[in-house]
Amino acid sequence: MMRVNPDFLEATKLMDRFNASACINCGSCTALCPMEISLLPRRLFRYVLLGLEGKVLENIPSIYSCLLCKMCEDNCPAEVPIVENIRALRTYINRKRYGLERS
Amino acid sequence: MALPIGKVLGILSDNLERRKAILPLPVGKATAWARGLDIPFGGETVLYTGHMYQLIPWITTMAASLERVENSWVTRFFAMGRVLNRAINISRFMALTHQPEERAYSGILRNIARLLRASGVEFGYLYGEELYAGALLYDQGVDEVFTMQAGRVSALLHKKGVRQVITVDPHTTNMLRSVYPKKINEYRIEVKSYLELLAERDPKCVRQLDLDLVIHDSCIYARNEEVVGQPRELLRNAGVRLHEPELSGRLTHCCGGPIESLFPGRAQEIAKKRTEQLSGCGDSVTTMCPICMANIKRASIRGLKVRDISEYLVAAYCPGASTLQGYARKHSSWKNQFRGRGPVS
Repeated sequence: MMRVNPDFLEATKLMDRFNASACINCGSCTALCPMEISLLPRRLFRYVLLGLEGKVLENIPSIYSCLLCKMCEDNCPAEVPIVENIRALRTYINRKRYGLERS
Repeated sequence: MALPIGKVLGILSDNLERRKAILPLPVGKATAWARGLDIPFGGETVLYTGHMYQLIPWITTMAASLERVENSWVTRFFAMGRVLNRAINISRFMALTHQPEERAYSGILRNIARLLRASGVEFGYLYGEELYAGALLYDQGVDEVFTMQAGRVSALLHKKGVRQVITVDPHTTNMLRSVYPKKINEYRIEVKSYLELLAERDPKCVRQLDLDLVIHDSCIYARNEEVVGQPRELLRNAGVRLHEPELSGRLTHCCGGPIESLFPGRAQEIAKKRTEQLSGCGDSVTTMCPICMANIKRASIRGLKVRDISEYLVAAYCPGASTLQGYARKHSSWKNQFRGRGPVS
């Protein structure tokens, strides 16, 4: 069962850097990914837009495996800022899961 | 057991916050390349290395160590390692390097300084005061510590009266030119990579190299900074016949470097894939990023020569450079060894 976390939804909305609403789910990004990770980035972004925090946190290794090489973003027909979105999710996980704040 | 992402990032983050570098280099190692070049301290225009080339021998050793422990019981001790590292700089011991490799990477920076001088560019250097730009932590989304480091670099440049920065690698170029202005208020530094500056100056070629090279573009230069045409122009003017892999220019394939600190095994798989693409076009590859160079070298199959672009440029554009002796002779045997796509006109 998938659980929607309204707080997660709110937190990602508050991160003004995260913007995947333009994604048309065409899959160009997945086809071009040198890492060949089927989750990245369209399915992952769908989880975020739906507030499925659990699904996002289940996929931490995939999120950190992204090379940020921009091959997907440069060829995205909807011009989704994919790299910045991945970075925003890493920032969220760094704070929420790893406690990476200044000591 | 995979490397613990949070703990590895924690160690790198602690280093940047407390020691102002992800892998703190002794000042002598960071500035050794400039010895004997009589580069003045500071000035309005500075050559900014961001420690990237100097760090590569350390990063390579560190990545090899991490690859050995990845998926082993040792990963359980990373939490303790992070606590220890706050008091003692243990990352320094994890990455002991070989001097010949350090000299090789210093040589690249010396090449760049000579190329700029030969083109009539006057510049200074901040020596021991120069700082790492923070690219790795920016990529990993460790935003607070990254922003703190960006603030330190910006304050340093403004305090020293720097107006123009000449960068030597794509990551530092991207940070100083495209990322810092979004993070730091009143950041007013003009940034150009040495490749852009040289191409603008259109230097006179003093020696035609007459050789074939496969070019590997950096993702950051190609897709973030639009540095694609300049290196090609400089090489072609130097008599180089360029061979392009199927994925090149704006469509270049990543070398795997960005995930080396967290997934060293996977990074090597990507590097191998790229190396196969490159070796399909010829047996001499040129790179323009220290991380690309280190990764492709590590993944190289026997017989593939991987060299930084500055080595060729210094041979073509710097009169009397000692490193040039025998260059044309050394490379003459490379001719006609190329398979795959022909030279790009």
